[in-house]
Amino acid sequence: MIKVIVDDIEVAVEPGTTILNAARKIGGDVVPPAMCYYSKLEGSGGKCRTCLVEVAAGSTADPRPMPKLVASCSTPVQDGMIIKNKTSQRVHENRAAVTEFLLINHPLDCPVCDQAGECHLQDLGFEHGKAGTRYEEERRTYDPIDIGDKIKLHMNRCILCYRCVYTANQLTDKRVHGVMHRGEHAEISTYIEQAIDNDFSGNVIDVCPVGALTDKTFRFKSRVWFLKPMNASCECTKCAGKAVVWMFGDEIYRVTGRKDQYGEVEDIDGKTAWICNDCRFDKKDKSKWTIEGPRVINRHSVISQGQYVLQDPNLGAKKLTNK
Amino acid sequence: MGRKLLLEHINVPGIESYDVYRKNGGYRAVEKALKSMSPQNVVEEVQASGLRGRGGAGFPTGMKWSFLAKPEGVPRYLLCNADESEPGTFKDRYLMEHIPHLLVEGMIVSSYALGCNQSYIYIRGEYMWVLEIVEKAIAEAYANGWLGKNILGSGYDLDLAIAPGGGAYICGEETALIESLEGKRGNPRIKPPFPAVKGLWGCPTVVNNVESIAAVVPIVNDGGAEYAKIGIGKSTGTKLISACGNLVKPGVYEIELGMSVEEFIYSDEWCGGIANGKKLKACVPGGSSVPILPANLVTKTAEGTDRLMSYEGLSEGGFATGSMLGSGGFIVFDEDQCIVRNTWNFSRFYAHESCGQCSPCREGTGWMEKVLHRLEYGHGNMRDIDLLEEINKKIEGNTICPLGDAAAWPVAAAIRHFREEFEWHVTHPDEAQKRNFGIASNHIPLV
Repeated sequence: MIKVIVDDIEVAVEPGTTILNAARKIGGDVVPPAMCYYSKLEGSGGKCRTCLVEVAAGSTADPRPMPKLVASCSTPVQDGMIIKNKTSQRVHENRAAVTEFLLINHPLDCPVCDQAGECHLQDLGFEHGKAGTRYEEERRTYDPIDIGDKIKLHMNRCILCYRCVYTANQLTDKRVHGVMHRGEHAEISTYIEQAIDNDFSGNVIDVCPVGALTDKTFRFKSRVWFLKPMNASCECTKCAGKAVVWMFGDEIYRVTGRKDQYGEVEDIDGKTAWICNDCRFDKKDKSKWTIEGPRVINRHSVISQGQYVLQDPNLGAKKLTNK
Repeated sequence: MGRKLLLEHINVPGIESYDVYRKNGGYRAVEKALKSMSPQNVVEEVQASGLRGRGGAGFPTGMKWSFLAKPEGVPRYLLCNADESEPGTFKDRYLMEHIPHLLVEGMIVSSYALGCNQSYIYIRGEYMWVLEIVEKAIAEAYANGWLGKNILGSGYDLDLAIAPGGGAYICGEETALIESLEGKRGNPRIKPPFPAVKGLWGCPTVVNNVESIAAVVPIVNDGGAEYAKIGIGKSTGTKLISACGNLVKPGVYEIELGMSVEEFIYSDEWCGGIANGKKLKACVPGGSSVPILPANLVTKTAEGTDRLMSYEGLSEGGFATGSMLGSGGFIVFDEDQCIVRNTWNFSRFYAHESCGQCSPCREGTGWMEKVLHRLEYGHGNMRDIDLLEEINKKIEGNTICPLGDAAAWPVAAAIRHFREEFEWHVTHPDEAQKRNFGIASNHIPLV
């Protein structure tokens, strides 16, 4: 185990851990935001540059500071490394700049976007964005396209984090989902708009940090903060059957994977609990699910506001009260 | 005229063919290296020569070679970066077009030094005719036993192949080049790990510029110490400079590092001065990505000493009053050229060539291009100039690969040295629009 200091808090981690994961081990405010890094997807990270941190001392052996800000999601820690995240003015300035870059071509259509309320870009904009814009040019636009009959792609909202590309490459067998063109014109697409024909293709919706990929069976049905997320399980031959059902009264509006506080699908029994398309799109009947209890949304999300509170975690799910 | 090492035999008719090249002392370096030197000796000679990477960054080649990891049982690769796409740079094309065997010979010696049995030359997609020339040279080398199994009976095997690129500037970045060679989209990789540890197909890899590899030939022939005598300070040897713009004699010149910029521009032996009797306005000394210099800082440094054509000489004064040698793309502007238009043009190039992987570069280069376009066409306002400064500060250093820096530096430097010209575009929008075709009627006095 090696020791590193993140924002004056010391933490011991395994060699080879990235700065971001060391900060996540501490938790709370010192965790840099990550729009593209997804710990369950091999090769992801390094692209969005929101997780940039300042390294005030490289290691005990070589305590020189690093001249540039580094991407915390892809830089491994060294013994004795001193990292500044929220305590560095430079980090705040550059993170604000990256936020501005991500937002200049974003349509800012949160009022009609299904991701609103659980959108990482919304959180990032709230924390690091400015109220006004300096961008006077026309924003780039694309027409929404269908990826199969269940998934809608709104390229306008995309921040090109590549998470869905990695998901499609690593979970599905045919390589049909990727990035076309380059630079400002780069766009996510499936090969000639071909549907990803795979039982796990719906997971691209779960990994999308913004509202670019949305579930067509849920689009425009409700706002997420009106729904009650419940842990639920079902007998499924294709996946583990552990999901979150989003309910309004007795009706299931949508089904998603079990996402943790960083928006990543949780590991269950050592395996990432990706859910299959049958569970996600077709099982909207309450009788097909065993409801285990309310899902705790412990990030500063609007979803957790005023829905229900966990009174005593030791008493279990049944003692929860709905407000 | 200074010493010529690379272009010594350039005027010999038929030098591009094997027979003529061999008669003029070609492949001596391979003979010498394979028969009388160990791979380690070759690396030591290159280290002693002080040769610095000729692709732009100027990193010592010998040091780069010494970083190459050498695990047992894992192949190593040498890649030659012939993806020369920097605006203003055309030295590698000239070398490959006219003396392709020099590159092939350099590849054999360098591969031997690094212990590679398979090497590649990655040629830019737009250079299709150059690819044919180099392919022919490789075929001739195979036919004469310089490539293949057991070269010269030394027991050393080498296969050399050409990989054509698709025509993307970004594939000149070494990790993007590796990705492209592997058949993937040319996106730069996140470093670490560096290619010296994990490069092509996960194996240790060295990527060198065409000119660096060609320079290994004279180093092995004459010895590293002899090579190090040419040049000044840490800038040793000769360098190909591709001079273009408003010059009497634009073209590719081989200079000894350390000659004065003034001599290079004005001497009749070299560029012969500014064309049409005009005055010098500005100069970009190392390819479009390095900072532009105004006339008074081109020939003299801020301290008043002569500016020299060397890595240190051109970067004297840092970015405030200096620039960089870069890849040697020497672009000269006369008094009629519009700096705003030129900056917009460079910026348009970077916006077009950004791979779109990381957000500051993808969004920032496009944004700068749009703002500069607006300024150039007379729709700008004063706060746009400050905005440009802000944007390029936030791109610089925050991106995965150096393309972000390369896009930010020319804009920053143009505003630093020619701010009044940008302001003139704001205050005189009608006249600015009239100058839209790149010709300025000298409204702005020389700085």
